[in-house]
Amino acid sequence: MTELLFGGAGILLFAMGLWSFLVHEPLLRKLIAFNVMGSGVFHILVAISERGALRPDPVPHALVLTGIVVAVSATALALALDRRLDDEDPDG
Amino acid sequence: MDSLALAVALPLLAALLATVWPARATLLGLLGALATAAAALMVITEVWEHGQLSTALGGWDIPLGIALAADGLSAALLAMTALVGLAISLYAAAYFDGRQAMHFWPLWLLLWTALNGLFLAGDLFNLYVTLELLGLSAVALGALGGDRAAVAASLRYLLVSLLGSISYLLGVVLLYTAHGSLDLARVAAALQPGPVAAAAMTLMIGGLTMKAALFPLHFWLPPAHASAPAPVSAALSALVVKAAVYLILRLWLDLFAPLVTTGAAMLLGGLGAAAVIWGSWRALHAERLKLLAAYSTVAQIGYLFLFPPLFQATPPGPGRDDLLAALVLMILTHGFAKSALFLAVGVIQKRSGHDRIAELGGTAQRLPATTFTLGLAGIALIGLPPSGSFTGKWLLLNGAFASGQWGWILVILTGTLMTAAYVFRVLSRAFNLEPTPPGFVTDARTELPALLLAAIAAIGLGLAAAPLWPLLGGGEDGT
Repeated sequence: MTELLFGGAGILLFAMGLWSFLVHEPLLRKLIAFNVMGSGVFHILVAISERGALRPDPVPHALVLTGIVVAVSATALALALDRRLDDEDPDG
Repeated sequence: MDSLALAVALPLLAALLATVWPARATLLGLLGALATAAAALMVITEVWEHGQLSTALGGWDIPLGIALAADGLSAALLAMTALVGLAISLYAAAYFDGRQAMHFWPLWLLLWTALNGLFLAGDLFNLYVTLELLGLSAVALGALGGDRAAVAASLRYLLVSLLGSISYLLGVVLLYTAHGSLDLARVAAALQPGPVAAAAMTLMIGGLTMKAALFPLHFWLPPAHASAPAPVSAALSALVVKAAVYLILRLWLDLFAPLVTTGAAMLLGGLGAAAVIWGSWRALHAERLKLLAAYSTVAQIGYLFLFPPLFQATPPGPGRDDLLAALVLMILTHGFAKSALFLAVGVIQKRSGHDRIAELGGTAQRLPATTFTLGLAGIALIGLPPSGSFTGKWLLLNGAFASGQWGWILVILTGTLMTAAYVFRVLSRAFNLEPTPPGFVTDARTELPALLLAAIAAIGLGLAAAPLWPLLGGGEDGT
């Protein structure tokens, strides 16, 4: 039951994030949307590591950790590029 | 010594050294490039001898460890990356100085690490990690020029790239949910057609077509590739886009083979055809050389997607092997030709301060070797004999004839004519002055690497294509 709840929430988060990513123009909203999509994927991974009486599957945990690192670095790079754009903005 | 691990570890080590010792970045970068190319050569010789290679890093087996594997296809791309990478490194050593060199080398070596890692990765999640590493280093390199246009184009490239890879990641998670493994070979063996596998295929291949800039998802490529510094444009167009194409090919042929339908193949083929026509059309009307080269990449990527419908219609056997070899030959030829073109354009841009096609007059007199490079790269892009893409297109046409898919033939011929038109448009401008050049080579350090790549694309790959068949066949007997 929890498995289904987490997995379903994950898919929902991914879909909502995707919608927001495509629809909204400002970069910050796009980045938050991207991170929401990432959280959706991680939710699904957490859900599938459940193995009943057995100890949880360690592989998804490793994947989530790596995924978080990648998402943080990508967000940081995007913010750095955006800041460069702001600094050079002739109007601002 | 484990050549597979070395091919990934050496460029990474060089990138780290160049980061901690920025004053010597150029020297360290060049040494790293040589060492990486040597490691790639080792992998290729071993694949040539044994057919397939695989290794578990640090003795940790799958599923927790990281497995590297190589076969003919990955060895061919590894070889292209090594040669193009060496030429770009030599060129960049003369092109960048000061702060730019300090930033270029670590990122470029990291990009090379990601490329080698991607070609050698044996499981779906490491493919994701290398894909992200590749995207991040490519975006950072693209913004190296520092002007507003370059930063804005790179930011857009980053967003597209992130969307592509998260979509790929969700596909991987679905496959893991269904099959409990990330290893390519294991998942391929267990894969059953069904809604989960179909969703995973759509997500993964859909995400990758974004990174491969397949029409109509190509919109980010021309500004990003045209506003980057010349050596970076060469790497982005020749290598980074090819990595996504390689992965699509890998998934299409190895992983999702029981799942692919004629409809999906036709969709990819149709988008490829649209890319050929649209990309060539825009290249024909481009005002700047770099933009022309970037749109030409969109068109040339299109050709590669004409193959899936033919694969679908051709039963396994010599016909299919020919198609696969033709596809790889076209990937390689475009890699060499396009990197040569971008490097040559970089020379022109540095000398004359612009790359406007209308004002190229006299380039043939001022820079004869570079103009010759443009001509050779053009021959390879058009697909004139004896270039590699001539053989590739010939086999592609043969495949289309054999399976009675006439529409693709029309696309190939139209695309070829348009390519000839945009190549000759540049050359006719470049030859537009009378006096005789003082000497053939003007600046050996930047002109020769570009010339070498164009020569490989236009002459070398066509004449020396024969070893590709046994290499891809996986065995030493070559059948």
